Amino acid sequence: MKWEEEWKKLAVIAIVFLVCFYLPVEYLQGWRRMKNAVWESLYLVRWYAQEHVLLCLIPAFFIAGAIAIFVSQESVMKYLGVKANKMLAYGVASVSGTILAVCSCTVLPLFAGIYRMGAGLGPACTFLYSGPAINVLAIILTARILGFELGMARAVTAIVFSIIIGLAMHFIFHKEEMEKTVGQADMPEPEVVRPLWQNAIFFALMVGVLVFANWGKPGEPTGFWHAVHSNKWIITGLFAAALGLVLIFWLKIPWFKIALTAAPTAILAAIFHREPMIPFAAGVVGLSWATSTDKGENSEWFAQSWGFAKQIMPLLFGGVLVAGFLLGRPGHEGLIPSEWVIKAVGGNSFFANFFASISGALMYFATLTEVPILQGLLGSGMGKGPALALLLTGPALSLPNMLVIYSVMGAKKTTAFISLVVVMATVTGLIYGAIFG
Amino acid sequence: MKIQILGTGCPKCKKLAENAEAAAKDLGIAFEIEKVTDINEIMKFGVMMTPALAVDGKVKIVGKVPSADEIKKMLS
Repeated sequence: MKWEEEWKKLAVIAIVFLVCFYLPVEYLQGWRRMKNAVWESLYLVRWYAQEHVLLCLIPAFFIAGAIAIFVSQESVMKYLGVKANKMLAYGVASVSGTILAVCSCTVLPLFAGIYRMGAGLGPACTFLYSGPAINVLAIILTARILGFELGMARAVTAIVFSIIIGLAMHFIFHKEEMEKTVGQADMPEPEVVRPLWQNAIFFALMVGVLVFANWGKPGEPTGFWHAVHSNKWIITGLFAAALGLVLIFWLKIPWFKIALTAAPTAILAAIFHREPMIPFAAGVVGLSWATSTDKGENSEWFAQSWGFAKQIMPLLFGGVLVAGFLLGRPGHEGLIPSEWVIKAVGGNSFFANFFASISGALMYFATLTEVPILQGLLGSGMGKGPALALLLTGPALSLPNMLVIYSVMGAKKTTAFISLVVVMATVTGLIYGAIFG
Repeated sequence: MKIQILGTGCPKCKKLAENAEAAAKDLGIAFEIEKVTDINEIMKFGVMMTPALAVDGKVKIVGKVPSADEIKKMLS
């Protein structure tokens, strides 16, 4: 029985016990704000379940899973390895986060690898920043829930500034000698199963289904946007049909499985033409069955997608509950009064953007949870500029991950990196808020 | 045979460890499994993408989680 090891656990148990012992339940019961907060949390969870899980998250999981399996990570790594062309490495590092960092836990080892064994400090920092920031699932959900403008802004500024940060790090520390450890292990040559253009079309079709199934209703009942919206399910159906053909001919899924999926989906679409979620669900179930029962790459694809779902859904669920409880739905208050939010991060002042930046840098956001939290903040009065600032620091940095970065790069470089990120996020927020706020 | 699983501890690394253990047991060979989670240690193997698997010090799998059967083929 070692007290030096056990005292922390005892301390936690004791504190929790004391809180429970003195819990002011009667006061909490009478506190209207607390009651509202609980309902807000439940309203928000229901809204997410009804509006976003089936039509947006599930297709996004399939897309992310496909990226993980079908896109050759080794070929991307060639651009970031020791023999890489340095200029090209920055460009590749800034966007490869979509392909390489689909699992958030791979970002740090990859960063360390690129720094010590690969293209060097600059591209490594570019990757370190952009990887989590342009995570495919996060961009999709941001665009869907927080608006297309914010989603695009997040993606574009993350890419552009990751390159700037990487270059800045390279120039600041350029004179220091970098110890390069053992050279990169030989990675097996990837076998080309499918030519690039086929993969591109496959992805484009899946993205098409995602985009059109989620096409938002525009303000005015006229114009291109509205025409698309009225016909969105027909267009989605066409994309899905094309996807079915690709699955048969290029991914080699047996045609009868696709037919067995397509038939019920089409029939349900005809019967339930006012409830598109029903045939959509049928399609999803069919696709899951067809891929998971296949041998080889297709079942791996499903396994990856399912893995993401298992990992991310509980986190998102928790994030939504907490966000709803603390901040409420847009237009409603949770536990935290809107005035506090407006005072801290409302409008587009330098302070608001800076405060948002720093908070994002320190706070830990589990994958995708930044979306409901930001939604709550925006609904409570946060300015659009500070919102972007938070999006640009939140997912990329947190206290725990700063410690790991420190163990790889050391104090000086880590401080430089964090400062660059915070400054850049603040400035970007200020500019975005000025233009779009 | 010394099997080392390189990874920071996410679900993929755990799955790789499970599959590797199942494969080694199936083959009936004497083995020892070690999980390497420190980033600097992982880099000493020359590995950039986790999870990775090394057998007796040599890296055999990088960035993937093959099934127990596939690992069996590789180990024998």
